[in-house]
Amino acid sequence: MIEINNVSKWYGSFQVLTDCTTQVSKSEVVVVCGPSGSGKSTLIKCVNALEPFQQGSIVVNGIAVQDPKTDLPKLRAKVGMVFQNFELFPHMTITDNLAIAQIKVLGRSRDEAVDKGLKLLDRVGLKAQAAKFPGQLSGGQQQRVAIARALAMDPICMLFDEPTSALDPEMINEVLDVMVQLAQEGMTMMCVTHEMGFARKVANRVIFMDRGAIVEDAAKEDFFGQPRSERAQAFLAKILNH
Amino acid sequence: MNYHWDWMFFFQETDDGLKYYDWILSGLGWTTFVSLASLAVALILGSVLGVMRTTPKRWLVGLGDAYVDVFRNVPLIVQLFMWFFVVPELVPENIGLWMKQDLPYFVIAIVGLGLYTAARIAEQVKAGINSLSRGQRFAGLALGFTEWQTYRYVRLPMAYRIVLPALTSEAMNIFKNSAVTYAVGILELYFQYKQIIEKTSQVLEITIVVTLCYFVLAFVMNRILAFVEARTRVPGLIVGTKGSK
Repeated sequence: MIEINNVSKWYGSFQVLTDCTTQVSKSEVVVVCGPSGSGKSTLIKCVNALEPFQQGSIVVNGIAVQDPKTDLPKLRAKVGMVFQNFELFPHMTITDNLAIAQIKVLGRSRDEAVDKGLKLLDRVGLKAQAAKFPGQLSGGQQQRVAIARALAMDPICMLFDEPTSALDPEMINEVLDVMVQLAQEGMTMMCVTHEMGFARKVANRVIFMDRGAIVEDAAKEDFFGQPRSERAQAFLAKILNH
Repeated sequence: MNYHWDWMFFFQETDDGLKYYDWILSGLGWTTFVSLASLAVALILGSVLGVMRTTPKRWLVGLGDAYVDVFRNVPLIVQLFMWFFVVPELVPENIGLWMKQDLPYFVIAIVGLGLYTAARIAEQVKAGINSLSRGQRFAGLALGFTEWQTYRYVRLPMAYRIVLPALTSEAMNIFKNSAVTYAVGILELYFQYKQIIEKTSQVLEITIVVTLCYFVLAFVMNRILAFVEARTRVPGLIVGTKGSK
């Protein structure tokens, strides 16, 4: 579904990604972790070409994202993405947030889009908030709306870029619950997160990144059992011992 | 104080058979017309330039920057003289002749004042767009929006809300700046003011009335935009300066 082949990226002379190679198969859940500044967020943003990269290739559902001829809006519409800071559109109601891209990008009728949006809103437990604005919701609620907004586009896979990092601790689980449910339903997911509990529960593979490179790419059991690299061991020791 | 007050002179007849208050009303009409038309030019062009300067395309940014540098740094009156007297000499002869003979004065004045104000509005629109988080653009793109759609549906609606207080100042300024167009022959309020002083010497009365006219124009614009600001305020979000009341 997602193939990342030898991707390297520079900001000027500073290399942020070094020869990254991995893949995500259909219905697979892959968790990407690593210290801050390790390039995880940059890598996941390369997958739907929000960030350009200079070397290598990324193929999503058979389409090469770095190909200048690729219709990026069309490709991105099929790849759902959830951001650290939710990024709901603050001037629109929750309903409009859910409907706008369905209408403007997929060409659905307003009734159809609202109907679909409200169903998904119900699924993330927020049907009562439909008429509100994002600023009137808690962070956890906003992030659940953001997930519903991405799902409304009927994505073939979902990218999560630190979806719980900006949340107060008591709101993290309500978001993770939605993600777990999604994973169990067979959604293909690539998640940048430090939530190792989530990784243990639903991930098929865990990728550990450090200084722009993929240091470890292992099945979940192997990663948590005995990470091969010292850096991954040190990282795990730090984040699991509190 | 020996000043001879005479408020009734406004009702006296002038050389051209009208009353002095007619001159004032006519000036007020021209000031309003020239200002609003210039504001329309400035808002449209300023928004286009402001957007250009936030795109990832370097040549568009450069073009927008150059425009703002030129039009913000040259005095308004110099710009107006330029459009009236310099540009017609620089363009091909038939166009220059057309500008001098057939093109109504007020069109050139509106374009001049509009282009000047556009540079200032471009600066504000750019600041508004840049004040939004980068993630808003990403979120739009990730949903499949084109770059233009992220402006249309995501970034501009918020950017305008954020810079509305600054745009309000600009919209009020344009009435005051429109007085400069008297220098290129627009028979607006300031022109009538000068003319009436020359004819009647009732300096205080006419100054008070003209000042009030400008005040009311700017104040009405202020109230209209304050209404717009209140109507477009986003619940749960604090935007701009005072915002809520």
